[in-house]
Amino acid sequence: MEAIYLDHAATTPMDPRVLEAMQPVYQEVFGNPSSVHSFGRKARQWLDAARRVMAGSIGANEKEIIFTSGGTEADNLALIGTAMANRDKGNHIITTVQEHHATLHTAEYLETQGFKVTFLPVDESGSVKVEHLEQALRDDTILVSVMYVNNETGVVQPIAEIGAVLRDHQAYFHTDAVQAFGLLDLDVTELGVDMLTVSSHKINGPKGIGFLYAADHVKLQALQFGGEQERKRRPGTENVPGAVGFQKAVELAQKNKEANQKRYQHFRQLFLDELRNENIRFDVNGEETATVPSIVNLSFPGTNVETLLMNFDLDGVAASSGSACTAGSVEPSHVLSAMFGSDHACTTNSIRFSFGSYNTEENVTEAAWRVARIVKRLTER
Amino acid sequence: MIYLDNSATTQPDPEVLASFEQVAREFFANPSSIHQFGGKAEQLLHAARKQVADSLKVEPAEIVFTSGGTEGNNMAIKGIALEHQDRGRHIITSEVEHPAVYEACQSLEKLGFNITYLPVDENGTVSAANVKRAIRPDTILITLMHVNNEIGSVMPIREVGNIAKQHPKLFFHVDDVQGLGKMPLTLKNSGIDLCTYSGHKIHGMKGTGILYVDKRTRLFPLMHGGEQERALRSGTENLAGAVAMAKALRLIKQKETDQAKRLQGMQDYLRSELAKLPGVEINSPADAAPHIINFSVPGVKPEVIIHMLGEKEIFISTKSACSSKQKDESKVLAACGFESSRSTSGLRVSLSYENTQAELETFIQALSEAIQQFKEVMR
Ligand SMILES: Cc1ncc(COP(=O)(O)O)c(C=O)c1O
Ligand SMILES: Cc1ncc(COP(=O)(O)O)c(C=O)c1O
Repeated sequence: MEAIYLDHAATTPMDPRVLEAMQPVYQEVFGNPSSVHSFGRKARQWLDAARRVMAGSIGANEKEIIFTSGGTEADNLALIGTAMANRDKGNHIITTVQEHHATLHTAEYLETQGFKVTFLPVDESGSVKVEHLEQALRDDTILVSVMYVNNETGVVQPIAEIGAVLRDHQAYFHTDAVQAFGLLDLDVTELGVDMLTVSSHKINGPKGIGFLYAADHVKLQALQFGGEQERKRRPGTENVPGAVGFQKAVELAQKNKEANQKRYQHFRQLFLDELRNENIRFDVNGEETATVPSIVNLSFPGTNVETLLMNFDLDGVAASSGSACTAGSVEPSHVLSAMFGSDHACTTNSIRFSFGSYNTEENVTEAAWRVARIVKRLTER
Repeated sequence: MIYLDNSATTQPDPEVLASFEQVAREFFANPSSIHQFGGKAEQLLHAARKQVADSLKVEPAEIVFTSGGTEGNNMAIKGIALEHQDRGRHIITSEVEHPAVYEACQSLEKLGFNITYLPVDENGTVSAANVKRAIRPDTILITLMHVNNEIGSVMPIREVGNIAKQHPKLFFHVDDVQGLGKMPLTLKNSGIDLCTYSGHKIHGMKGTGILYVDKRTRLFPLMHGGEQERALRSGTENLAGAVAMAKALRLIKQKETDQAKRLQGMQDYLRSELAKLPGVEINSPADAAPHIINFSVPGVKPEVIIHMLGEKEIFISTKSACSSKQKDESKVLAACGFESSRSTSGLRVSLSYENTQAELETFIQALSEAIQQFKEVMR
């Protein structure tokens, strides 16, 4: 049975055109961009071209793009980097309970370093409330970090509204846009963000690269020290082929944004319609109309997440519980716990399906059909 | 093109590229995912880790995949410092470390750590006796490079390892980015607790590297998140990069055994030819690593020579690529005690196993002409 991949929020297949774009770099432009000879300078030109595309994709200046090894590093750099460099301005940080662990665990680390962190709640819609942020904001708040799209529910957060609230406040505003890039419009000025995280492998680019946008005025301390690369904010020999591959992925994502939105919207509708046709009992977690089309998180009453995942996998449906897994056991989702309370049934019976480049109408329909069959089997006892 | 700047970076091996591309195409999933796509990716990651461990003769659990040498060095140095600061806040290093070590140490100074920067002799090496003398009750880390990236001097890692063994409470980290595949270094029972490697210096991919972490060594992570790599290095794994790294390591280790003589022969040739050129002074010590030779042409700006050679598609370098934007003198050459006419005019040729004798002959010819030409213009 052909296995069907419905886990694009975890990672995506690399687009063949991305690999193709990287090939000449290995062969002809493999120099070190910091080398003074023309061979190094050529590598620098390619890197700069990639940087310009990154900047253009979010309405930023190329100087404001810091290439990192991925989303996790970019989130760490944003949080630790600004917290440590701006201690003189205050000690208070605001984030949310439903952030990705790259932000959440970093915020927890900053607590151990003496920072006060407020974790904003989310309600059953899966969204943070701007009022809660306004209430939490203090004069000594130096940083606010709110993800643009939640990776488990797909719910879009009110970033522009928060940006407006923070416009006249000293706090820097960081958004983790890893799950938003390529589907939503991202203009850093319109959103009012000072920092923004993007990861390449979530948009059909190579793994091992991402970027942090940090506005020119942001005071940032590096996480690692060494050469002068990335204007000293991220030393280390630059991953030029990675950057060029990432560039291609960004170009493709931008070019196909509307088409992809439509496509994934169609896939999601198809998937849900098929489940409904099969008379499966399920609930959509998070406000269905407020999510990106690529992610849908479903609760199947009367089932258990581990059994579901195991059976899906046996039948060739690759989905996930949306939360990190340790040695095969599935921890209850911190996102769903935050939305519904940790003892709510949906924290142990929910699955995230995420659509993307691997999918076709046929395999989405087929997957829905397999899911329905399994859920029926597990609940008709 | 004659590429003689292999200490800055190397051309990826076609076999490494093929592995990278195959994995990127066929095993794209996230190794942490528990479905079959993820399972296959995880298996492959295990296999890559095992292969690396076998190549280095250590255990798979002691291998952490990183994004490169800079991250490895920072992770080791800051990781030890932050995790073990209750035990002491003194660190020993040298004056000729790569900025990834040197500046990591300086950043710790700002946090209240005490750093001893040991001097080097005229051969660019730290003495093991000096290391021993520098050890204090509150020393938690010795961090030294194996092979210096500018002049190829080789540090007494074995001796320092033995000293470190007598002080079980301190950790010993080695930056072996330049030595890997050129100068064998045994990890097991060596007293080395941490060792940094970088993929792009051994014909692997940029953005890949390895930190060896002895299984008894605890580190504070640089990055927090999904707790990949035993929570030492969060972030979705670069699987294709890891497999490529394992492949590059296996290939370079093979060459290290098979082609050591040939590499040494090429360096010997360069040394004897450079010695014959009027106005050229060799800065690398006689017992330098076999792939690096540093020399000065006092009175001639190194950039001029780089440019003249560049026009003939011959690429060598001034100082290390990472610090070549600083216009001042080479810190390493100055630390060796060379006067400023020499420490500001250093040039580095760095070889790979892919270079040929014929290329070196062309280079020597071109260099000789360049110096000649320059002298005529200046006369
Ligand atoms: C919202 C979000 N932030 C950050 C990350 C981490 O990015 P990376 O896997 O590139 O380290 C992920 C994915 O794992 C994510 O979904
Ligand atoms: C001795 C040494 N250590 C560390 C590094 C840094 O490694 P990377 O370029 O992979 O970050 C280099 C190379 O630049 C080096 O030569």
